[in-house]
Parts: sequence; structure tokens; C-alpha cells
Amino acid sequence: MFYREAGQYKTSYAADMAIFPIRQDRIGIAVILLIAFVIIPVFGNQFFLSSVMIPTLVFSLAAIGLNILTGYTGLISLGTAAFMGVGAYACYKLTSWFPGVNILVWIIASGFVSAGVGALFGLPSLRIKGFYLVVATLAAQFFLQWCFVRIPWLVNYNTSGAIEVPERTLFGVVITGANATPTARYLVLLSVVAALTWFASNLVHGRVGRAWMAVRDMDIAAELMGIRLLTTKLLAFAVSSFYCGVAGALMVFLWYGSAEPEVFVINQSFLVLFMVIIGGLGSLIGSFMGAALIYMLPIVLRMLPAALGLPIASATVEHLQFIIVGALIIVFLIAEPHGLARLWQTGKQKLRIWPFPY
Amino acid sequence: MNILYALFVDPWVQMGQAPDLLVQTLWEGLVSGVLYALIALGFVLIFKASGVFNFAQGIMVVFSALTLVGLHEMGVPAFLALGLAVAVMFVLAVAVERVVLRPLVNQPDIILFMATFGITYVLIGLGELIFGGNPKRMIADELYLPKGAIDLKILGGFVSLQKIDIAAAVIAAVMIAALAFFFQKTRIGRALRAVADSHKAALSVGISLNQIWAIVWFTAGIVALVTGIMWGARSEVSFSLQVIALKALPVLILGGFTSVPGAIVGGLIIGIGEKLGEFYWGPLVGGGIESWLAYGIALAFLLFRPQGLFGEKIIERI
Repeated sequence: MFYREAGQYKTSYAADMAIFPIRQDRIGIAVILLIAFVIIPVFGNQFFLSSVMIPTLVFSLAAIGLNILTGYTGLISLGTAAFMGVGAYACYKLTSWFPGVNILVWIIASGFVSAGVGALFGLPSLRIKGFYLVVATLAAQFFLQWCFVRIPWLVNYNTSGAIEVPERTLFGVVITGANATPTARYLVLLSVVAALTWFASNLVHGRVGRAWMAVRDMDIAAELMGIRLLTTKLLAFAVSSFYCGVAGALMVFLWYGSAEPEVFVINQSFLVLFMVIIGGLGSLIGSFMGAALIYMLPIVLRMLPAALGLPIASATVEHLQFIIVGALIIVFLIAEPHGLARLWQTGKQKLRIWPFPY
Repeated sequence: MNILYALFVDPWVQMGQAPDLLVQTLWEGLVSGVLYALIALGFVLIFKASGVFNFAQGIMVVFSALTLVGLHEMGVPAFLALGLAVAVMFVLAVAVERVVLRPLVNQPDIILFMATFGITYVLIGLGELIFGGNPKRMIADELYLPKGAIDLKILGGFVSLQKIDIAAAVIAAVMIAALAFFFQKTRIGRALRAVADSHKAALSVGISLNQIWAIVWFTAGIVALVTGIMWGARSEVSFSLQVIALKALPVLILGGFTSVPGAIVGGLIIGIGEKLGEFYWGPLVGGGIESWLAYGIALAFLLFRPQGLFGEKIIERI
């Protein structure tokens, strides 16, 4: 009834190729941005901002990164956490060398460092594929993690062996360190994530993205059609690592405040992979939905017994949480193997003909 | 020059000077290699028959060993507990086939891979809920596993072999022989190989895929139980074993995902390479390289043989 594209004519190629060709979608995204930028910071409390919204956004960005590699290019990676770590450590080094430069510049720059490392570890992807590649990315995961632990230079030889985020300001407002308010951190994070999502969306809709998808669907065929595998695959690794690196830097600087090497363990990689798969492979909005679901699910599960007044010990809740999350993953995969993004599309399709079924 | 000497000459000099130490290191590598090979074997069995990359194999090792020890702690006699643990693995195999594999048949590989993550989480939760998360001692004495060590006097020094390690190697060899017999000579084994070759062709000659999958998962469960007992007897039964199980992945790469001999040879290469590397080259970079060396070795191999040592040659067509 309200969601109907009838009568919206496209008169130019640009209009046809627009990211949101339907007017209702444009209104929808404007409303979402309005809610995210204005309503949540104004009405959300500090706890909600700092322990729900900020982590979800950070993971969304990491999930977009992995989705570019796994969902769009079809290369499975289990090294996400390590690339996030590269971003975080690079950002820390850069900002301690040049404290005067704006932190946002270094956050983006650390993404490029991570992209370089990612492209290096992406080299084997030219020879090997599928699950063999998974193990190659595991090599990156374990090797980089070992570097984080063993090379004290990375954390400026401080005794704790952890990144301790210094205080940095943006337009005179403190955005990192202990004195930054959740609202300030949230708004900076949201701006970066929104900008990078917009960039990713353009990337995957353009020539590069189509080359990635061709490689995903069948790389030999893509090669025969004149797509250069070397550049395409390495670019996918680089862009993916760029996103993961920025996500890692944002995670440490705007969320954790300090980070030990244990933050970037393999379980973190698994978590991001869950988000991508549950959200939907090859879908940007799916990355957001997957991140929100996987991150919030344990929080909700932890709060549920107390809210319902059930007398369950917290250790038992912890174990039950594992079982429930595991079972839900299986149920989700059986019910909708294409993830939340597909559910979203089905919903939109239903909405299109609502309230008349035909 | 010094760096080159330390990297390329000195380790060999050290090996030559203390051959007993070298033999000891080789033996340690061999033993851990056997255990890697056992975990990899579980992976290969399932991958061959159902095309599922079973991430849950590591937790199955922990879970089966935990069931055994946990039941014994509850007062069940050791061998009855062993039988019950086998029964639990059977129930698990049937449940996995019913609840996970059957509804997900014909889905892309990555979806099935993710589903085994779900199984992993469920098993972690179940294991901790029922038996608790604390490390437990393996009931080695009650199962009449040998303990103590044999000291060999060779090469001008001592080499100490733990009896449990020898037992592990022997049991692994026996089990692999039994599996080979099972695969080659029995009716079910032939059906398993048929399914491994082609699902559709196997179905068309009347082999029940569901039954075969349950059997394969059960076999992998038994392999997991044996691995769990052996590994538990060397250290203890705890959830940290699960991370070590990830070491089976480079073994798989080396050997190829579909090859049982590959899993064994790969396991031994990785085990020995890792221990030698850690012992002779590790100190040069501050140690701890064991955590990634295996992956490095596997990666180096992969660049030359993308399908692993014994894997089937990958032929691609449009």
C-alpha cells in the first residue's frame, strides 16, 4: 500500500543504477539515519550507547569487511580478528609518533596498513581455494597474533603489553581515552561507519564489485571473460582488510579504550564470520543485521532469566547461552540459509502487495 | 652473517652435537604428530562421506573424553563408562544427522561448515553444563593404560620414551588398520566409499545416504573418543584441547582433505616439523612459534601442491 514503486519512472541511466531506486527506500534510509544520528544520542542512555550501539557498529564494519571478501568474492577467511588487530596496533603506533595529527586521519591510515598486510596474506588465494584457503588465513591469524604478543615495539614497550589509548580530540571535543563521553564516541563512530558503508555500497555496485561477484560465481569463467584474477582477488583482500583494520582501530580507540593481544584471538574471527553468514552473504544490510543479532543475542539471553524472575545460577546461564546460541545458528541456517538479508527481501516483497494478496 | 649462521648452520650443528636430544625431539614430534593425525582422521572421514568440513571434530574429542571421565566420577565403573561414552557418541551421530545434516542437504559447503559451528557451541554448552568446565584427570589407570617411562641408552645419552606415548602410537596404528579393513572389506565400508565417490550414484544403487552419514559421524565419534583418551592421558581433559584441535587443519592441508594416508603422513610431518622448529629455531625469534609454524609449513606446501600431498587432483571446467 505504502511501499509501491508503480509510477516511479526512471528516465536516465544514473537513476536506474541508483543505490536506492525506489522513493520509499530513500525515505526509509533517511529515517534510519535520522534515528541513528539524532534520536538515539538524544534519548538513548549511556549504557545503551556504550555497550549496545558502539559494539554493534564496530562489528557491523568488520562484518562488511569480511562480507566483501567472503560474500562478494567468495574467499572464506578466518583471519578477520588478526587484520582488526593490525589496524588497532597501526593506529596506536601512528598516533603516538604524530600526536598532533587528527586521530580520524590515523584511523583511516591504519586501514591502509591493514590493507597492505591483508594483500600480502591474500597472495596464496591465487593458487588455493575453498577450505584450503581457510587454513591459509588461519596462518595469518596465528602468525599476527603471535606478533602482537611477542613484539613489544608494537605497544611502545609499555609494561602492561596492552594498547593504552591516549586522549585525542576532534573539534575540541574529547573522543578517545577515559574522558570521552559515550555520545561523542558514538557519533564519531557512526559517521565513520556511515561514510564507509556508503563507499562500500558504491564499490560493490560498480565495476569492481561486479568483477568480484564474477570471480565468486566461477573464477575460471571470470578469467576467460577478461577479469584479471590477481588484481581482483588481491583488491578484495586489500579492501576487506582495510575495513577490518578500520573496525579494529575503532574498536580499540572508541570502544575498549585499551586492548591486550587477547582481544584479537580466533574466536573474534569466528564471531564476525557468524555475523556475515547469519546476516547474509553478499549483502551490506545483512552485515548490520547479523552484527546486531549475534552481538545482542547473548546480552538478551543473559538478562532474560533475571527479567523473568527465574532462579538460575549465572554459570548455568553462561552454559545455556552457549547451547542456545549454537542451536539458534543451526535453526537459522535450516530456516533461511541465505540469512537475514533474504528475510528482509521477502518481507519487502510481501509489503509491496500488502494488504491485497494478489 | 651472524643471522644467517644462526638461522641456517647453527641448528644443524646443535643436532649433530647432541644426537640424543635430537632423537628425543623427533620422538616428541612423532607422538604429537600421531595425535594430530588422529584428529585429522576424524575430519577426513566426515569430509569424504558427506562433504562437510566438520569444525566440531575438536570439540567432539573433548566432549567424548569428558563424558568418559565425567561418568566415571559419578561412580560408573571405568569400562562401563567407556561403553556409555561410545553410546553417547552414537546418539550424537544420529542426532546430528537427523537435526542438522538432513534438513541442510544440498546446501553450499559454507552453510554446512557454519552448522558445525552451531554443533560446536551446543557441545561446549552441554559439556560444561553436565560435567563442569574444570580440567579433569583422565582415568588412565582404570583403563589399564601403561604409565612411566622407558629410558633408552643410545647415541651417548638418554632418550626417555613415555609408555603412554608408545601405547598411543600402537593404538592409533591398530585403529587405522581396523578402519582400513572396515573400509575395504565390509559391506558398509564399500557403501561408504561409494558415497564418497558420488552421492547421486550411491543413491541410485540403493544406498541410504542418511544411514551412511550417521555411521560416518559415529565412526568419527569413536576416533574422537580414542583421541580424547590418549590426549587426556598425556595431559588432562579440558576445553583447551579444542584449540589444539585446530592444529589438525594444517595436517589436513598437507595430506589433502580426502585422503586417510594423507592425514597420517601429514600429521607426522607437522608434528615433527613443529617440534624441531620450536626447539632449534624457536629461540632465535623468542620462542612460541609452535602456535603458527604448522600453518606456515602447510602454506609452503600448498603453494606447490594446492590439493595437498595425497589429495585428488582438482580439475576445473566451465
